[in-house]
This record gives sequence, structure tokens and C-alpha cells, in this order.
Amino acid sequence: MIIARVIGELVATRKHESHEGRKLLRVQPEDVAGTRAAAGGGGALIALDAVGAGVGERVLVVLDGYAAMTAVERPHAPIDAAVIGILDRLDVNP
Amino acid sequence: MFLARVTGTVVATVKDEALGGRKLLVVQPLDHRGAAAGRALVALDAVGAGAGETVYCCRGKEASFPWWPAATPADAAIVGIADPSANPEMVPA
Repeated sequence: MIIARVIGELVATRKHESHEGRKLLRVQPEDVAGTRAAAGGGGALIALDAVGAGVGERVLVVLDGYAAMTAVERPHAPIDAAVIGILDRLDVNP
Repeated sequence: MFLARVTGTVVATVKDEALGGRKLLVVQPLDHRGAAAGRALVALDAVGAGAGETVYCCRGKEASFPWWPAATPADAAIVGIADPSANPEMVPA
């Protein structure tokens, strides 16, 4: 899993039927310090929302197809990323 | 998934049988501002996307699931099209 920031929503009327009924979020991977990071390739990603996350929130994202499909309950669907948690706090001891 | 813009089409007469009748498109990944970032790649179209459209793509083995249970050799698929009016910052003017 990676930590990311929700930077927007994506509106897509035409999409694969397995994505219907789930919000599409644009998420920017971050490192634990909250700066834009190289995790997941560094660039912003599109993830299906499994927990009701909103813009500006810091979230937990899975970048594995099986995990993502399981989280949004859509087996055999073309989904490779899902938001599966909203961070309340992150404590790191360097 | 990742955001991309459709920048071309691929014509390949000789290809895996499972790709017969499928549209192969060249997609250019985009950054968070909608600007081109990284190398373009070829993706199988699952939603009827066209040239110039901003789309989002699934990568990895899940990219073949739009055609499941058919076994389709794809590692990138276009699975949605961004609405131009609702996502103005990601659509070219």
C-alpha cells in the first residue's frame, strides 16, 4: 500500500461497467513526510474509492489488482488501484 | 489506473488471435496538470475511445479483464473517458 493525497475527482460518463457506482479519485502519491513522492511511479494515479474519501484527504491506496478488486467488490474487473483507507494520523520514528 | 491522452492508432495485421477486432491505441500518460509525462504506450480500447480524448487506463494483468473470461494478452487497457466539460483542467483547449 502507499500513502497518497486525494487531489481531485475524475468524472467519466463512459467507462467500464465495473466502475459504475464508485467514485474515481485522482490521487498523488506522497512519502511519509507528506511530500510528493516517487511511489507508484511518482505521477498522479486514478483509483476507485472504497471508503468515501474526499479531496484533500490523505489516504491509503492499494496498487495491486486483486486487492483493489476485493476492496470495491468487483471481481474480474479492470481495476488496478483503490483507496482503502483515510489517514487520521501517521506517526513515524526515524 | 493512470490518466492519458489518445494520440494515435496502431494497425497490426499480424497479431495474437485474441486481439482480433480489438482497437489498439497509442496513449500518452499525463501528469496531475494534464501535461504529457513519460513515454507513450499502446493500450487496448475497452470503451470506444477516440483520438484526442482524455482517458484513464488500467495496467497489468487486470487490463485483460474487460474481455474476461476470454484470455486476452493485454497489459494496458483504456477503461474510461474523462468528460471534457467536467474535467476542464485535463482536457486540451
